[in-house]
Amino acid sequence: MAWTKKVLRVNLTAGTCSTEPLNQQWAQDYLGQRGLATKYLCSEIDPKVDPLAEGNKLIFVTGPLTGTMAATGGRYSVVTKGPLTGAIACSNSGGYFGAELKFAGWDMVIFEGRSAKPVYLLIIDGKAELLDASHLWGTTTWHTEETIKKQHQDPQIRVASIGRAGESGVMYAAIVNDLHRAAGRSGVGAVMGSKNLKAVAVRGTLTDAYQVANPEAFFTAVDAGKAVLAANGVTGVGLPTYGTQVLMNIINELGALPSYNHREAQFEGANAIGGEAMHEKRPTDGKPNLIKNGACFGCTIACGRISRMDPNHFSVKDKPQYHGASGGVEYEAAWALGAANGVSDLEALTYANFLCNEDGYDPISFGATVGAAMELYDLGILTEAEVGLKLTWGSAEALVKLAEWTAVGEGFGKIIGLGSKRLCAKYGRPELSMTVKGQEFPAYDGRGLQGMGLEYATSNRGACHVRGYMVSPEVLGIPVKMEPQATEGKPAMLKAFQDLTAVVDSAGICLFTTFAWGLQDIQPQIQAACEGDWSEERLLLVGERIWNLEREFNLGAGLSKKDDTLPPRLLTEAIKTGPQKGAVCHLDKMLPEYYEVRGWTAEGVPTPATRTRLSL
Amino acid sequence: MKITLKLFASLSLRLPAEARSSHCLELEVDPGTTVLDVILRMGLQSAECAIVLVDGVWVATGDRATKVLEAGQALAIWPPVAGG
Repeated sequence: MAWTKKVLRVNLTAGTCSTEPLNQQWAQDYLGQRGLATKYLCSEIDPKVDPLAEGNKLIFVTGPLTGTMAATGGRYSVVTKGPLTGAIACSNSGGYFGAELKFAGWDMVIFEGRSAKPVYLLIIDGKAELLDASHLWGTTTWHTEETIKKQHQDPQIRVASIGRAGESGVMYAAIVNDLHRAAGRSGVGAVMGSKNLKAVAVRGTLTDAYQVANPEAFFTAVDAGKAVLAANGVTGVGLPTYGTQVLMNIINELGALPSYNHREAQFEGANAIGGEAMHEKRPTDGKPNLIKNGACFGCTIACGRISRMDPNHFSVKDKPQYHGASGGVEYEAAWALGAANGVSDLEALTYANFLCNEDGYDPISFGATVGAAMELYDLGILTEAEVGLKLTWGSAEALVKLAEWTAVGEGFGKIIGLGSKRLCAKYGRPELSMTVKGQEFPAYDGRGLQGMGLEYATSNRGACHVRGYMVSPEVLGIPVKMEPQATEGKPAMLKAFQDLTAVVDSAGICLFTTFAWGLQDIQPQIQAACEGDWSEERLLLVGERIWNLEREFNLGAGLSKKDDTLPPRLLTEAIKTGPQKGAVCHLDKMLPEYYEVRGWTAEGVPTPATRTRLSL
Repeated sequence: MKITLKLFASLSLRLPAEARSSHCLELEVDPGTTVLDVILRMGLQSAECAIVLVDGVWVATGDRATKVLEAGQALAIWPPVAGG
């Protein structure tokens, strides 16, 4: 009963909002959030649809633990067909928006069609209406959120919106909620923009929209879970103090920090842009970049970074609107905006990150695309005349200017907004795009960490680190230590991580809990919250079912085994220096075994027996 | 012989003030010095050293007492941390 059992369907073409009951059988089969919305999407759209066409749908969805007392129980996801990849896209966000949607009495909102003019959806508990957004179009997510709250005279309205990047068709546009939390990857904001949907604003005050099935057992399970998080060195101390950014020096020391568009696997400027550097006083003004940590709804970890820039930094010197506290760089963003391009100016990275939040675009894809452009420039394929500036490796000025241009679709920013794959194809060097299925790599070299290489190649939404985080065993020793260069055992471990991650992403909680929690900590919370029998075995089966359903969507969309690969640089160009010197990714050794443990054919298609076992 | 000790995150506070920003300290150690010897010399508890790398290669907890350092090697240590 942790579901509200209500779905809001919004037809943007007709301008209508209607209520329908949640498909309870699907909730039992797919749990919620990522899994449940994927089931709805696969059942309602042609997988071959143009992602930016009217026929695509966009689903905002919560999980059964969203809006409960469960630690980190504030997550929501946006599920659609992604424009960057042409594959399934599921992008997950924290903040407070997800819980508010649940408080208003909705498990999910399905957007279909396309509005003739800009609109936003306002949900006040059970009432939903589409309102004119012409006064918001052409403005940032920050302006949109502030304006909607003022307009409706309620500062507690939660807003998820697109900025100018989503309006102008940046292929990796994000949906931003609560100013600096984002459904950041795979271009879900571009789909939202294609539908002329500027924002979803929600205020929830219902106290009886849902309740957990067994309150006493739920309190016990939640308390136990929180005690585990508090006692764990990572979730109790490490993440709140240093955030994800502490990884910068670790991955660099390990020799798996891709730099200069993956030409190198270590970055000489890593220490200047890492988590420790955010704590240090700047020589320019004597103040640190980091002000404090921040938490999402119900989170007892609080890994978020809140930063304040040096007001005299060249990027913001005459821009007081950026002198206040705002969302600072997390590890993946700092890597993409920094190491991927050779930029070691933490303040410039912070400013670019502010812009990514303000106008809604993914800093990973943006930074990695700038890295590809810098390599094209280095090779003489791109020129200063064409780009409009000197695009030399390590240029903070170039990074800042491209961030400003991309945010509004100006100048060469239009090209950067297409993403690395389309950029490199346009200039005749597709092999220089560091992408899988069209989505840019995050911050780990798939040559230095073999399991991550396999994870990137097989991720259903394109290159991604949070679909089966093999960094945990390969670097951090969680739950067991695996040798980074080993290939043995990696396919089976990856499958287990992918299936477990699908469960976590479908429950309404944050993946970071799994640095401390195992399934044995999560299962009692789901069991107590949801009606029915939710054993660990059943949950893993649900996770595997979700993974296979996403795979079937991608196969239907036209993707195949040929897309489960890596750029030639990772397969044939050995790492030149450092601890992983000489390494390439041995995908050829791991992929056939991965297909086998998945119960797929040698062509990567789920066998009839697998489909039957998973009730697909 | 000399080795380089690198302490990160909260462990960097155990370094002399002038070394905290770089996280690096050059140490003079005797031949035969093990990873555990350095950990103890710096006043660290073995349990708070969650990630231990020698020249980028993981040293398991059970190997710290027997892993002998060689001249010029870099020993890098972190407390329990993670990211993503």
